[in-house]
Amino acid sequence: MGIFRWLTPLCLKALHLNPLGLVLLMALSLPAYSQTEADPGQALLTNLADASSREMDAAIEAIVDSGDPRARDWLNAFGNNRLSRIEETGQVVEVLRNVGRNWTIADPLTGENLGEMSRRELDRVNINNAIRGKLEGVLAMLDLYSDNPEVQEAAAEAMMGKVNASVVKPLTKLLERDLPGPIRNRIEESVAIYQLEQGDAEAQAQAITVLTGSLHSNARAALNNAVAGDDPALAASAKEALVSIEQKLKMNRAAETLYFGLSLGSVLVLAAIGLAITFGVMGVINMAHGELIMLGAYTTWGMQQLLPGQPGLALILSIPAGFLVAALAGIAIERSVIQHLKGRPLETLLATFGVSLILQQLVRTVISPLNRSVTTPEWMSGSLVINDALSLTLNRMYVIGFALVVFAGLMLIMRKTRLGLEVRAVTQNRAMARSMGIRATRVDILTFGLGSGVAGLAGVALSQITNVGPNLGQNYIIDSFMVVVFGGVGNLWGTLLAGLSLGTINQILEPWAGSVLAKIMVLVLIILFIQKRPKGLFPQKGRAAEG
Amino acid sequence: MSIKKHVKLGLSALALSVSFHAMAAEDPIKVGILHSLSGTMAISETALKDTMEMLIEQQNAKGGIDGRQLEAVVVDPASNWPLFAEKARELLEKEKVDVIFGNWTSVSRKSVLPVVEELNGLLFYPVQYEGEESSENVFYTGAAPNQQAIPAVDYLKNELGVERWVLAGTDYVYPRTTNKILETYLKDMGVAEADIMINYTPFGHSDWQSIVSDIKTFGSAGKKTAVVSTINGDANVPFYRELGNQGIASSDIPVVAFSVGEQELTGIDTGPLVGHLAAWNYFMSVDSDANYDFIDAWIEYKGDEKAVTNDPMEAHYIGFNMYVEAVEKAGTTDVDAVKDAIIGVSVPNLTGGYATMMPNHHITKPVLIGEIQDNGQFSVVWETSSTVAGDAWSDFLPGSRDLISDWRAPLKCGNFNVKSGTCGASAGEQALADAE
Repeated sequence: MGIFRWLTPLCLKALHLNPLGLVLLMALSLPAYSQTEADPGQALLTNLADASSREMDAAIEAIVDSGDPRARDWLNAFGNNRLSRIEETGQVVEVLRNVGRNWTIADPLTGENLGEMSRRELDRVNINNAIRGKLEGVLAMLDLYSDNPEVQEAAAEAMMGKVNASVVKPLTKLLERDLPGPIRNRIEESVAIYQLEQGDAEAQAQAITVLTGSLHSNARAALNNAVAGDDPALAASAKEALVSIEQKLKMNRAAETLYFGLSLGSVLVLAAIGLAITFGVMGVINMAHGELIMLGAYTTWGMQQLLPGQPGLALILSIPAGFLVAALAGIAIERSVIQHLKGRPLETLLATFGVSLILQQLVRTVISPLNRSVTTPEWMSGSLVINDALSLTLNRMYVIGFALVVFAGLMLIMRKTRLGLEVRAVTQNRAMARSMGIRATRVDILTFGLGSGVAGLAGVALSQITNVGPNLGQNYIIDSFMVVVFGGVGNLWGTLLAGLSLGTINQILEPWAGSVLAKIMVLVLIILFIQKRPKGLFPQKGRAAEG
Repeated sequence: MSIKKHVKLGLSALALSVSFHAMAAEDPIKVGILHSLSGTMAISETALKDTMEMLIEQQNAKGGIDGRQLEAVVVDPASNWPLFAEKARELLEKEKVDVIFGNWTSVSRKSVLPVVEELNGLLFYPVQYEGEESSENVFYTGAAPNQQAIPAVDYLKNELGVERWVLAGTDYVYPRTTNKILETYLKDMGVAEADIMINYTPFGHSDWQSIVSDIKTFGSAGKKTAVVSTINGDANVPFYRELGNQGIASSDIPVVAFSVGEQELTGIDTGPLVGHLAAWNYFMSVDSDANYDFIDAWIEYKGDEKAVTNDPMEAHYIGFNMYVEAVEKAGTTDVDAVKDAIIGVSVPNLTGGYATMMPNHHITKPVLIGEIQDNGQFSVVWETSSTVAGDAWSDFLPGSRDLISDWRAPLKCGNFNVKSGTCGASAGEQALADAE
């Protein structure tokens, strides 16, 4: 119960927020109201639903001040746009499920499920960004007293930039207690931001000292405002603080750009590596490669439909499934179209382009022309926070890892297995390989299946990054050819290096030139490079090159 | 030949001519539907084709127009801009349709313009667009920039106190023109050059990392920042995903989008997007009986409980009802008579008000700002107090400031210059000249 000891001094009527009452009441059992006694929550909620935007603050505070243990749930429901009124009776209800024409509602006072009601008969209690911002501040303030350090940390984070006159006192009080380092820093910073804006000269000077080390964007915003303010002395010291922050930021930005580059690069590598097998090793120009990627992405969507509620598991199962689906589709294309056009690259190009259109329209007709929504599992969303200025998005980090694993796997197959040996033999000298007893046709099928399957894997990964729709593949086919040609046809290492370097170059150019121009510049760069070295970064040497 | 026989012949001839006449009256009114059912634009346009077919079915159930049934003639221009012109010609010359509902992208509309003007057809265009056009043969039932972009910026400035602006768009004519208008509008209001960041990305852009990071940096300068997004369709999913992943919440930097509707949101997990905004003239969540009836009919027609409605569908609903009313008023489907009759026609919209066809062939619309919710719908947080009339020629572009459009006699001109007192080339001629 140590938490109560340090909370006790907070019990000041002067404070607008009174978390103590709430916590104390929570320690007691749920209040039971008899049939005759009216539940005070009723009035509070009606008051909230009736409030005009000007009265909203008071209505929210009244709920917090009431100390009702259900206040948190009510405010959460309100913040999530889940409070509605029944048109006929005016009763405020919580909407549990708001999809479709009939909504499931519950009584917020008792939590009792009231069944379904047509949404025609419900009026939403409206909330907008301004109110939501305030609400987040209020809820964060409540959470700061939580026993759970994770909740506390999130609350401290949410407090940044939301400190106002009513919460600054309890926050300062809180700082006197023993707090974990990061939470303490956050609260100190958020109080400092408030002091910098509202405090006296002494508090302002102290605030600048606190904020000098901070990389948080709200801290920078406050300092920027101080620089633009009326007080010249304050402006000068704020400027100084900003300069030192800016220096730290430079390093972080460089690291960030590098990460962006690697992640774009790994997407390019994934998209291109299958093509590096079919085009690079076998020499087949497969314009339907993008659609094989698309099939992989749709497999992920299909898996998630089969396993509702388990997006993570579905995603993992999609890896083998996506490989299989794309590989089988690839083999079907190889058997039905490509094998009949051996040695006629122009016809192959046109025929496979036709196949790509057929596949796209097939998906449009059979599934839907609309994009499909693929859920990102919990463990893949959000980002890994290094510091306030540098956080690495998790989904991209997984894609980088996945690309490297796929690459390593392919390398192993090509170098260490019998299939790899046979593939290399057949592509170097088909006639000789056949006379050594290698079944060239079988090798063709397997190689094409392998390349197509890897395209399917790329689709599984891309479903976490971009749209899953019929046009998915189109967006990647040009990039894939670009990477393979730049890296040197027939060389997997070349593809890896080309993908990563093109991605990085693109991300370095983009902030500076804009994304349209950056794309053009990369293309021009490749054209110039190919002029100089027609066979790409790593040209094949020896007899393989002539084959 | 006896007299009897003569009479008989005469009677049968009379009967024949009467029945012939009756048959002419029974001739259906042909409604051309020119929406892509394949290719990249199928994602958006298929729903509009279905909407038109549903509206026609409903009208026929009500007895058609003046006793004449309607018949849909559907063609597929396959997201191929020149093919739009060919298909429009096919509809007007071969199928002899009385009216066309169609097009989504501006470039496809520009391709069709010369054809409908040459063959004197009627085209109802249902999508928000960049303005700067008014053709005698086209009725614009979507929003002009003053019915979407300008009110949205006003909302951000007045209600959210935004002072720093990111104008992000896809690199083509609609975002470029809209952003040019907005830039002038913002500068006229006293926003400094340094407080406006403009960014264009190619179609289908999927790697938003550095742009979102730039927006984050731009937003940490101490002033409230907002993003005004004219990013087109597909590119929005990875854009919003990146926003969520980099932790940009709507309460920090709100994004207001002009091309993201209910249909686009069906492809996204909207959890991290709650609170981001969109500006439209209709939302599926609008609380009005007309809207609920429309949604019920739509869900029944599609046989899909999850089917969504969106703004361009409402535009077709309005346009179709306006056409019906104009034909009833004119008493004929003759194009010139309908063109004259439709100006001033008022029909209910789905948000509980009325839409009126103005003399510049644009309509009056309410402007709504909605916030994205976790169920893929928008909740309306603000709307204009009355409807806004569409302005064909923006007041915030140097070339078009002095132009007005009025298709009533005696002016009958789509781009009359009030300064010089002259009427410029028709929209179709201009589209042809631009294409060359």
